[in-house]
Amino acid sequence: MKLLTLNFLTCAIKTCKTSPSSFPLHPRDAELEILETDINLPFLKNILPRLMWDELRTITSELGLPELPPAAPTREDLVEPGAQAAEGEEVEEQPSQTAKDLHRVLLETTVKEGKLACGNCGHEYKVMEGVPNFLLPGHLV
Amino acid sequence: MPDYLVRLVQMHESFRQAELQALADVAEVPIEFVKYDEESPFCIVRLPSDSAAKAVISRSLLSQGIYELWGQGATYDALHKSVNDVSSAKWAQYESVPFRFTLDCYRGTRDQTQQREIIESFSYLGFNGPIRMRDADASFKVFEEYGEKASEPKYMYLGRSVAASGRDAKTTYDLKKRHYISTTSMDAELALVTANMALAAPGKLFYDPFMGTGGFPIACAHFGAVVCGSDIDGRSIRGTGGSARKGQTGKFDVRGNFQQYGLESRYLGAFVSDLTNTPFRLLQHSNPASRGGYLDGIVCDPPYGIREGLKVLGSRDELNVQERATHKDRYREPGYIPPKKPYSFTAIQDDILAFAAATLVENGRLSMWMPTANDEDVELVIPTHPCLDIVSVCVQPFNKWSRRLLTYRRRTESEIPEGGLESVKKEYEKGVKADELNDFRRKYFEGFKEFERLRQEPGTDGANYKADDSKGVSGRWREKGGAN
Ligand SMILES: C[S@@+](CC[C@H](N)C(=O)[O-])C[C@H]1O[C@@H](n2cnc3c(N)ncnc32)[C@H](O)[C@@H]1O
Ligand SMILES: [Zn+2]
Repeated sequence: MKLLTLNFLTCAIKTCKTSPSSFPLHPRDAELEILETDINLPFLKNILPRLMWDELRTITSELGLPELPPAAPTREDLVEPGAQAAEGEEVEEQPSQTAKDLHRVLLETTVKEGKLACGNCGHEYKVMEGVPNFLLPGHLV
Repeated sequence: MPDYLVRLVQMHESFRQAELQALADVAEVPIEFVKYDEESPFCIVRLPSDSAAKAVISRSLLSQGIYELWGQGATYDALHKSVNDVSSAKWAQYESVPFRFTLDCYRGTRDQTQQREIIESFSYLGFNGPIRMRDADASFKVFEEYGEKASEPKYMYLGRSVAASGRDAKTTYDLKKRHYISTTSMDAELALVTANMALAAPGKLFYDPFMGTGGFPIACAHFGAVVCGSDIDGRSIRGTGGSARKGQTGKFDVRGNFQQYGLESRYLGAFVSDLTNTPFRLLQHSNPASRGGYLDGIVCDPPYGIREGLKVLGSRDELNVQERATHKDRYREPGYIPPKKPYSFTAIQDDILAFAAATLVENGRLSMWMPTANDEDVELVIPTHPCLDIVSVCVQPFNKWSRRLLTYRRRTESEIPEGGLESVKKEYEKGVKADELNDFRRKYFEGFKEFERLRQEPGTDGANYKADDSKGVSGRWREKGGAN
């Protein structure tokens, strides 16, 4: 599971969802793996405004990854300020270092094993072979 | 805007126009339907340019190609006259380019001599370039449409080829050649059509809450989307359940499928979850910039309850104090299995809609499959939601049942009626009432006597569907339901 997914996931327990402390989930004993992939600039640009930046910073710091800047980058920050396109000519946009860093964090860093804990109820969800399990035990449904 | 002739495939008829419309939406070009008939594989559309025509058709599964329309008519005399009226200004442009001229007879045939005669009847176009059967710069086609068992065509067209369709993907993603599938895998063609309906495209984020072996996310990734999925059954994701294909052993999992097609970079991953207890963040945590939603598309084929065993987390009867304590003590043990209970199909549909309303971006799409009873008494209603617009309803008929592909668009904030959004926040919490479940069961077991859950057996080409009585309505599920 790539780290980006943690930007969308919270506790599966319905009563937790309304509590701000249920997001983000906190990785515990996480075994990380880097899977290199080609950078996808259009995707990064599209997804950027949907990121919960502060929470993303929390996750990366809890995982001991290099610190992210305090403010979220803008879409312009993702593109290398390059050659000006001549009249009627399309120049392919080049990813900036910021885009490359974001790509590394969100789309190349994966959680292989470990747990994801809810900050509200404390329930821990197991991650096995890269697949987190959000099925709730009988007493929590 | 110029007229273009689309050569459609003559199957999945009710999906064809909706697919073309969706592809025009993805390409952000206006499309106008000038002539469309369910009975015919020829359709005339208006599009702004050749490049727009190419953008639309190159992703299409249900067509073969698109042609600039050079003329049409019910007889050859009428066709020649029309070609002269419509396209004479263009002839000079092709005077000396390498070209090719062929014939496409729908429901009819022409022998070699007839073919040559027909093609030669167009010699007035004045093309003097070399004839090239391969890599021609311009490719022209005469289309003939015949009636059932007719010896003469009833209508003809002349077109200049602009672009071929994306129908090749049907072969590339054929289940027969897929690494890992299950008995409920959707055939590749319709999975790809589903991805088209939901506007999967580069830069977008797509999700399948009932992913099984990942057929829909793979189809969306083919069109460039970044995808993720989940399923209540972890074995289907991790693959320890094995493949449905006979004699396969070893490690087969969803990730392996993405690897097979070189789509791994677009696969975010998967998790195990029940849609009615989703870990996805809903509206409460919304980020104003994305107006609450973050998914560009949701595609799914939810379990209908019969073969796939529609279940959700929870216990049939409320747990007593002692039972709760037991779950609490035991749930961390390796062999612990969370209790599940049966659920109504109508309820899960409503849940899917509520989920989509809460997670899709504005104008994001939900494309979901559902059965429809042919018997009028029990025809399932098409579920609706104040935050969702129905974009298209496509029906795939089988012998004894049929199913629909429903496509919805998430309305923008200004389109949502007052209070509509608030209801979404609550809706998801409430879950299904017991009487609803019973009502559904009652209808289900009375009305669906003839309803046999037929599923395409993986490895067939869509032509033969086999009934599976052992797991159909006469099976286990029915007895359970009857006892209630
Ligand atoms: C018709 S299959 C989907 C198959 C998939 N489209 C494919 O190509 O493999 C339905 C899936 O829904 C899953 N399912 C059943 N109940 C569920 C629930 N409450 N939440 C999530 N998934 C569920 C089943 O395990 C099954 O894999
Ligand atoms: Zn919680």
